[in-house]
Amino acid sequence: MNAFIPPNLMPALPELVLLGMACLVLVVDLFLPQNKRGFTLLLALAALLATAATLWQVAPVEIMVSFNGSFVIDRLAVILKLGLLLILFLVFVYSRDFLREFGMYRGEYYALGLFAALGMMIMISAYSFLLLYLGLELLALSLYAMIAFRRDSAVASEAAMKYFVLGAMASGILLYGMSLFYGVTGTLDLARLSDVIRIQSVESPVMLSFALTFIVVGIAFKLGAVPFHMWVPDVYHGAPTSVTLFLGTAPKIAGFAMAIRLLVDGAGALQVEWGQMFVALAVASLAIGNIVAIAQTNFKRMLAYSTVSHVGFIMMGLLAGTATGYAAAMFYTLTYALTAAAAFGVLMLLSRDGREASDLADLRGLNDRHPWYAALLAIALFSMAGVPPTVGFYAKLVVVNAVIQVDMLWLAIVAVLFSVIGLFYYLRAVKVMYFDKPEEGQEFHLLDALDNRLLLSANGVSLLLLGLFPSALMAWCLTAFV
Amino acid sequence: MWIETLIFYFFAAVTVGSALAMITVRNPVHAALLLVLTFFSSAFIWMLLEAEFLAITLVLVYVGAVMVLFLFVVMMLDINLAVLREGFVRFLPVGAALALGLFTMIWYAFDRARLDMIGAPTPKPADYSNTRALGQVLYTDYVFAFEAAAVILLVAIIAAISLTLRRRKGTKYQNPSEQIRVRKAERLKVIKMEAEKR
Repeated sequence: MNAFIPPNLMPALPELVLLGMACLVLVVDLFLPQNKRGFTLLLALAALLATAATLWQVAPVEIMVSFNGSFVIDRLAVILKLGLLLILFLVFVYSRDFLREFGMYRGEYYALGLFAALGMMIMISAYSFLLLYLGLELLALSLYAMIAFRRDSAVASEAAMKYFVLGAMASGILLYGMSLFYGVTGTLDLARLSDVIRIQSVESPVMLSFALTFIVVGIAFKLGAVPFHMWVPDVYHGAPTSVTLFLGTAPKIAGFAMAIRLLVDGAGALQVEWGQMFVALAVASLAIGNIVAIAQTNFKRMLAYSTVSHVGFIMMGLLAGTATGYAAAMFYTLTYALTAAAAFGVLMLLSRDGREASDLADLRGLNDRHPWYAALLAIALFSMAGVPPTVGFYAKLVVVNAVIQVDMLWLAIVAVLFSVIGLFYYLRAVKVMYFDKPEEGQEFHLLDALDNRLLLSANGVSLLLLGLFPSALMAWCLTAFV
Repeated sequence: MWIETLIFYFFAAVTVGSALAMITVRNPVHAALLLVLTFFSSAFIWMLLEAEFLAITLVLVYVGAVMVLFLFVVMMLDINLAVLREGFVRFLPVGAALALGLFTMIWYAFDRARLDMIGAPTPKPADYSNTRALGQVLYTDYVFAFEAAAVILLVAIIAAISLTLRRRKGTKYQNPSEQIRVRKAERLKVIKMEAEKR
């Protein structure tokens, strides 16, 4: 019997801090009266900051593996986790007034949000199938509850149900793929799996591709790529806007990390196989996402289809299979999360008494009343469309560039073509804000507080600044893949 | 050795048969009981692999707890099955085609010569304890995964409570501790009255 060597806890210290703080939030909130709920929010924000600070302290120069090879912390993990915590900080601050307005201002909301963050951090650092799956389930379970948080809303319950059923199915498919990989290679560790695959891919290629198919389907489900995108519009539409904001930003980073861990760190030797599958998924996502979004009259649904098309771009960066491609996809994911946070953040401000703004028509005349918010939303939409000088342009540029570098010019042309089609519906939303007149008696009831306003402005300006000076972040992303 | 193979094929056949029957029978109670049978025969297959702890857990947890709960739900709720079964025939061709396609793919993908090469695991000595082996890695090698699973359960509790707990207005809610602490002065009012004259 081998003597047990206690694992090195340092790499997982940020997760431990977050877990402790999440439990603290849960307990402290129990003893607070409703009018002191702001303290829970402060504590949740402190939890995010403390986690980020710990992460900064323990961030190693070299890759560090702990817990018997199942947990890893490297440059990729550090950058993605910092991005994730920043996005969640914004999300928590933005949603406060919305939650208060619609009677969802309860401590469980923040506790669930923090547990979801923990799940995402585990996913980012997972170096074995087992841990990755557990992180994914922790995230998914928290999200199901958050979507259904407004219990009296039939739409929200339906969205939660739909997400739950499809999410469970996707988890099942992913698990099946993992079990097949385990059957072929005999290991759950991604590092060892990668070694075994390198040797075995010659011996039993069919079996490995078969297992790989299920993994790719599972990832496509979670990211929301066509043809596994059916849940995205309904869930984005049905969930309360604050949850849509949560759902549309941070989990994309975790999904990207999951794809990198499984496909690059684990099945990197099979890059040609999954690259081909990703080509089909990316083209379909770009086409369906951009074309169907044109037909939407609901702003949240439109942004949902826009997400689908952005996932297509992220997949394009991944399928290039080069360090530049991965870094481009990572840059795209991080900046998309930031852009979506700004867009949904403004949308949440516009909620009117008793009804949340979600139709395109609700944006009419925004410029007349609140030119600054109209400008912020316009910047976010331009960034999603990829109009220079916003960051979306640069992100699309690097992805397309990475694809051209591996001699897939046709894919680059397809991507640019669909982006041009996509420009239409983003511009239509801008037109509605700037040129359409609001109906008689339609007044905006803004839910804004000073801190919210400052953060939102900083978020919008950052989209411009990152677009003008992208090299620092891009260089940072590149260090994760050298 | 051949007797083990025979036992394996017997329980494998029972598992597949009861699983098929479970999704085709009309009566939901029968379906639940057939699912119990599926779990039982899978537990036997695990037992053949010398995974006795998992086999017993499967019976205790799934048969003993989950399925009993499920039967309670089926019996207590009046579910209209005709509605649930609507579209079964309509979607049958698509479903059957998909299942057939997947089956063909699996048939070709699985390298049977290779599987034969791997063969059955070598039997462990009689004093080998599966439970002990699991216990030794659960809190050591897999401690992080174990804790993550614990957090998932915590989230499930929070979610269930925050989604269902609500104080309804108009319920005749009693607070026992207040009832016990009540004083005589709060309930009984002594009024001095003049006696009526006859």
